[in-house]
Amino acid sequence: MFKAIVIVKRRPKILDPQGKAVEQGAKLLGFNNVHNTRIGKYIEFFVDTTDKVLADKEVKEYAEKLLSNPIMEDYEYTLTEISSSGENK
Amino acid sequence: MKPKFGVIVFPGSNCDYDAYYSLKKVLHFNTEFLWHKDKDLRNSDIIVLPGGFSYGDYLRTGAIARFSPIMDSVYTFAMNGGIVIGICNGFQILLEIGLLPGVMLQNESLKFICKDQYLIVENSETIFTNKIGKKVIKIPIKHGEGNYYVDDDTLKEIENNNQIIFRYSSKEGIVEKQFNPNGSLNNIAGICNKSKNVMGMMPHPENACDPILNKTDGALIFKSVVENFIN
Repeated sequence: MFKAIVIVKRRPKILDPQGKAVEQGAKLLGFNNVHNTRIGKYIEFFVDTTDKVLADKEVKEYAEKLLSNPIMEDYEYTLTEISSSGENK
Repeated sequence: MKPKFGVIVFPGSNCDYDAYYSLKKVLHFNTEFLWHKDKDLRNSDIIVLPGGFSYGDYLRTGAIARFSPIMDSVYTFAMNGGIVIGICNGFQILLEIGLLPGVMLQNESLKFICKDQYLIVENSETIFTNKIGKKVIKIPIKHGEGNYYVDDDTLKEIENNNQIIFRYSSKEGIVEKQFNPNGSLNNIAGICNKSKNVMGMMPHPENACDPILNKTDGALIFKSVVENFIN
């Protein structure tokens, strides 16, 4: 079994008003060094196979077809093989 | 022949009854609900994807609804020239399924906007608008994510192909940034596909049909489609 973690981020060119608003809060808290706050999505799930190539393919397709929209988002992912009890192998 | 409207009901649609009411009870068009889990469009001639929050707007607006069983049929219907109107969340679903280009970002203000809005009919030669003419109409908007975005090349393409149907404007029809409620590119409020049989718009024409509301410009769009269908 594999554990997949997909991170979906807005493309750099696309404005992130949510990140901007949150950063205003950071300034109010006095974090003056903080800048370029961008908010994305963290998605984790399991892939029930022992075949790494197949797992890879499924995660990519899932990310491209549903989890992200290529017009405004990029994605990256990690895939870690784990035992069925959820421990890292 | 009088056309039949099919209004699709997704889990989380909340303007489906508004559309049904306006089409059937106010405008007296033959109208039926269609269920998202079905595949059969039941001989509908015009499909309406209503507003709301299908699947809770989880992930992205329209992202999950576009995989509903009925959307396969809608996709084929549209590709064969069938008339499809997506309103608000329905527009977002049409973007996600790729029948229309682009995406919706959050409103620039980050606020949900609910108000009457003036629109100028930018292309008055489509079946959706040729009975209205090139004039300003007033139709309410109610959305949090109506900030239309598309890459530069596609924007040029849809502008050149006259695919922009409505733009946010002043009462006088002036299209400027100050009259843009949500930050959408080029004040875009509604677009159609290349073959001009699929239209998506953020404003809600179904909420501007009943004379009791003192605004009926939305009815002009539905009437335009019906008249074109009959002729």
